[in-house]
Amino acid sequence: MALKMVKGNLERMFDKNLTDLVRGIRNNKDNEAKYIAQCIEEIKQELRQDNVSVKSNAVAKLTYLQMCGYDISWAGFNIIEVMSSNRFTCKRIGYLAASQCFHPDSELLMLTTNMIRKDLSSTNQYDAGVALSGLSCFISTDLSRDLANDIMTLMSSTKPYLRMKAVLMMYKVFLRYPEALRPAFPKLKEKLEDPDPSVQSAAVNVICELARKNPKNYLSLAPIFFKLMTTSTNNWMLIKIIKLFGALTPLEPRLGKKLIEPLTNLIHSTSAMSLLYECINTVIAVLISISSGMPNHSASIQLCVQKLRILIEDSDQNLKYLGLLAMSKILKTHPKSVQTHKDLILACLDDKDESIRLRALDLLYGMVSKKNLMEIVRRLLGHMERAEGSSYRDELLYKVIEICSQGSYQYVTNFEWYLTVLVELILLESGSRHGRLIAGQLLDVAIRVQAVRTFAVNEMATLLETYPVTAAPNGTMQEVLYAAAWIVGEFAPHLDGPERTLAVLLQPKPVAGHIQAVYVQNALKLFANLVGEAVRQRDGAAIERHCQTLAEGLRSYLSSADIEVQERASSVYFLVVLLRESLGGGADQQHAAAPVADGGLLELTPDVPGEPGDGGGEEARAAPDESVATGTGGHYPGVAWDEIEQIATDLQGLFGSELNPVAPKAQRKVQLPEELDLDEWINQPPPSADASSADGGSSDEDKFPLFLTDGGRGGGGGERETNGGGDGSRSYKRIEYTQEELDKMRQARLLEQTNNPNYLKPAKTKKASGGDYHQQQQQQHDCYDDIPIAEIALEVPLQIHSTKRSDKYLMDAERATRVFVGKSGGRKEKGEKSGKKSKRRGKKSKRYSDESDSESDDPKPLHVVNTVIELPEGAILSDTEDKNNADPNDPHRALDIDLDAPFEDDYPQEMKRKAANQRSVMLLRDRDGQTAKTNRNPADEHQSGGTTTTTSDSKHRSRRRGTAAATERSGSKHADRKHTDRSDEQQQQQVDGGGAGREKQKKKKKSAGKERPDEADAIMLMIDEETPAKGRTTKEKKKHSKPPKDGVAADEAVEDGDVKEKKKKHSKKSSKHHHHHHHSSSSKKSGYEEMPVQSLGGVSKDAI
Amino acid sequence: MIKAILVFNNHGKPRLSKFYQYFNEDMQQQIIKETFQLVSKRDDNVCNFLEGGSLIGGSDYKLIYRHYATLYFVFCVDSSESELGILDLIQVFVETLDKCFENVCELDLIFHADAVHHILSELVMGGMVLQTNMSDILARIEEQNKLQKQEAGISAAPARAVSAVKSMNLPQQIKDIKLPDLPQAIKDLKF
Repeated sequence: MALKMVKGNLERMFDKNLTDLVRGIRNNKDNEAKYIAQCIEEIKQELRQDNVSVKSNAVAKLTYLQMCGYDISWAGFNIIEVMSSNRFTCKRIGYLAASQCFHPDSELLMLTTNMIRKDLSSTNQYDAGVALSGLSCFISTDLSRDLANDIMTLMSSTKPYLRMKAVLMMYKVFLRYPEALRPAFPKLKEKLEDPDPSVQSAAVNVICELARKNPKNYLSLAPIFFKLMTTSTNNWMLIKIIKLFGALTPLEPRLGKKLIEPLTNLIHSTSAMSLLYECINTVIAVLISISSGMPNHSASIQLCVQKLRILIEDSDQNLKYLGLLAMSKILKTHPKSVQTHKDLILACLDDKDESIRLRALDLLYGMVSKKNLMEIVRRLLGHMERAEGSSYRDELLYKVIEICSQGSYQYVTNFEWYLTVLVELILLESGSRHGRLIAGQLLDVAIRVQAVRTFAVNEMATLLETYPVTAAPNGTMQEVLYAAAWIVGEFAPHLDGPERTLAVLLQPKPVAGHIQAVYVQNALKLFANLVGEAVRQRDGAAIERHCQTLAEGLRSYLSSADIEVQERASSVYFLVVLLRESLGGGADQQHAAAPVADGGLLELTPDVPGEPGDGGGEEARAAPDESVATGTGGHYPGVAWDEIEQIATDLQGLFGSELNPVAPKAQRKVQLPEELDLDEWINQPPPSADASSADGGSSDEDKFPLFLTDGGRGGGGGERETNGGGDGSRSYKRIEYTQEELDKMRQARLLEQTNNPNYLKPAKTKKASGGDYHQQQQQQHDCYDDIPIAEIALEVPLQIHSTKRSDKYLMDAERATRVFVGKSGGRKEKGEKSGKKSKRRGKKSKRYSDESDSESDDPKPLHVVNTVIELPEGAILSDTEDKNNADPNDPHRALDIDLDAPFEDDYPQEMKRKAANQRSVMLLRDRDGQTAKTNRNPADEHQSGGTTTTTSDSKHRSRRRGTAAATERSGSKHADRKHTDRSDEQQQQQVDGGGAGREKQKKKKKSAGKERPDEADAIMLMIDEETPAKGRTTKEKKKHSKPPKDGVAADEAVEDGDVKEKKKKHSKKSSKHHHHHHHSSSSKKSGYEEMPVQSLGGVSKDAI
Repeated sequence: MIKAILVFNNHGKPRLSKFYQYFNEDMQQQIIKETFQLVSKRDDNVCNFLEGGSLIGGSDYKLIYRHYATLYFVFCVDSSESELGILDLIQVFVETLDKCFENVCELDLIFHADAVHHILSELVMGGMVLQTNMSDILARIEEQNKLQKQEAGISAAPARAVSAVKSMNLPQQIKDIKLPDLPQAIKDLKF
């Protein structure tokens, strides 16, 4: 046998080892993949051998291949084999491989539980150490649950190396198995004062990680940490503690006040930059949390800012970066202190290091004032032109907008300038992701700053003409066209060349559907405006011209694939048709003149009522007006101007009312009326397609389902059932028809319509009102192509200059400051003018100029921002509703456990049992009185559930039984318990007995808010005193933290001299809260606190 | 928490990869690639902190790296770690490697990736810093190596002989990594 092994060894001696593999790969650079494939085959061979060192050699090679990106999970079982070897060398290789390729979801992990447990209790501390290191990378929930006790045992090992690793390991256990936190916590706390500094550091590390996510549960540890901070010299640990305090102070401002002094001392004394930096950070956190109410904190702020300035001025880029990072934290609460270092921060904008520039950009937000905004923005624009890397440019763009728009454009004095800047940004960065943002800004400014509207509208008109539209944009910058089109249409009266703009809007462009829809809509607005103008001029020819332009321009939109565009276009188109009809007496067979492209739209009569969208709304409202006009029409041109005027007014009236900005969350604030049931059918759905086509006048449309179209038309009115609904759905189909088919269909349909008595025939009136109109129109149709749309666009000079246009405003402003005294009168007048304007229009518009009067050196704003925002009654802007945006998968959510509360039924039953019953036999009684005798020890933990249970889930059953029994017992036995008697069984009772106190704990949780101040008082007092008996402090504190309402007296708990003494000191303060009440529950409480430490300590003595 | 520790050379070839959060192999390679691209385009005289690794972490995470001769040492950490502290940890790691390999160079890392892992596991465990005291670290490593040697004993002698023969034709390893002078700020840190 031995000979065979030696022989095997010799044979395998020439296997490749790791070095050979690496060398081989390096020598086969050309066909690396092939070589590795070959190696993997060899490895598979080796893994089939019995010899564990051969296997471990193979696994070592696999680990290397894993780093090169090869999946080695197929060898999982072999890795476990190697892990289970008795030899440290192999074990180490195995655990390394496992840590690299196993993950918590690996199914193989369930094979490892017992092996890892064995390793953890190995006599060789490095076996356990290696196991812990490996386990930390792949621990699963099951492993955490099964091994939590073993790891806790290691926390009390005699070897510091293992204690240290076990403490860190517990954090990973908590993450996977939150139930372990409560029982392990006392021991973890104990490790904060471990004699070995590394163990101490590890414990601090774990608690910091825990407290980072749930700081409030760790406030009670503040005294211990405070002591550590003032005594320790381990910088690494100090950093962690100081960071932890940074997280705690927002919850307890008084803690912050205590911290300021020692931290300031550290800042002055330490030579370690890392520590200095963290101190500053925490001081800042403290100052933020107590920003008001502390008289001399300005000194601390000054100190911080000074130190940070030193960091920023340092030649070391790292310090510079961190200095800026910390500055930005101060900026939020103490902008004034930071502003004094403006020069420094502006200088950092030119740093060659992108990380530093980005940090400096963050700070800029607080650096701007009315005076320097233009200058800063100019610099940023300059950076944007030069900068490489689109993400940095995008960041710059975002910052420019952020800086300018902050506080309702608080610092923008000249909105013409701002609009120019926006347009420049648009042209500069066509691939930006922030198109929507800019679009929003354009709309916002145009709506809210009335004085700048004329400028805005014309600027937008130019933008619409000159913006280079590409079919496949790589950003969202096209969105600005949406805004531009809307502004141009909505504020059409301000336009200089409305006709040209109308033509621009109607030019077919490859922009997205929703933008096209806005184009169409706003073309109509423009048109309405133009017609109104023409009517005022008594210019019939102009009206006709506009009608033509619009009708012609709509052609391409009518055949758009986008349903929204198509619908709006057809609505607008028929509106124009109607208008012409009423003006010119109507061409005969108007319908035949409809654009060839949309044969299917013919029966869409203009008097379709009740369209859902705004497009539909206009049509619906327009329709009656038109029909009134139709009755007396036919005098066109030149006659009955009153009527035409009436039509024009009506047309304009569609868009007449003022639009106010609506608060972002306004819609959500609107209460749903009680009688409104959104799920109810408005109309009964048509029984079937055939049935409805029988009675419907327009037969072919009803073949299609009613609500086939997308959400844009979701709440469509019932009237659409026959006409409108069909129109929408049909359009999907129509795209596929050829021209011939369309013609044929149209003929057929016309024929059918003339024969159908139910069909309203608007064509008849047209026929009656004169036949030449149609002809005329067709002629115009033919010569539409001659209209030189493109040429018009080219006549406009491109607005991009070599020097930026926005610079002009800066220069103006500079000039103005130079002659400020002389000019101030004129400026004021302008400001007042705009103020009046806004007063007239907006009810509550605020004048920023009033505000700025206090800062006399700031330039006066030229324009005023309208701050009226429409909100439903009773709603407040600052209402926040998105509080629960935390990641639901964050394991720390489950770790939010109040560690000061006594732990009861959430204490993991298994551990409880195990801890208490290592050596004892326990009687468990079932709910129904059955008796079960369970003999337990750690080894048979998994097999034995209880003698009466035989099912596979025996574990769970017995657990439940245990609770039940304990609950029962708790009622009767607590009274006669003695504190001195600490037999295991009794401890068990104490813990389990907690089940009865569940009610009480719930109450306590409810009153947690009230309880907090008391508890905090205790903490503060303890920091004050800094008594040597720290081990008792938290316990003692707990007594003070009892919720007064509950009146739970904790006095009967374990008492020794130390505690008594301390209690006396506080008794004045807290005695009024100590009502005598629930005798048993208070003693119970002490039990929970004591038990786990002790019993687990007992375990550890056994194990090691 | 440290999320990942990566060591790669100037060409982006991984020399050590340790992820404390599970990613599959493809993802790991992508992360290494992305990190290399982010880090390698930076000058040597810019700061050692970097935000914006999109694959690993998110806004809470930072890349903290150092560049020694041909190698980049990159730590991906969250906001609970002190930036300067991690920089120092990298320094400790590299100095430990230097002690263990006697004037470490890239080749040492290439051929002894497993040993590098073992060394690292004495510094960082499961993403948390275990030990920052170099003499302690070295003592632990030494003891474990001793253990390994004991175990190897006589049975491994032939294998050692073979590997000695195999390494005969190894070209003289160039010891080219020189630890640069550290900024004073880092030296000031004492653990």
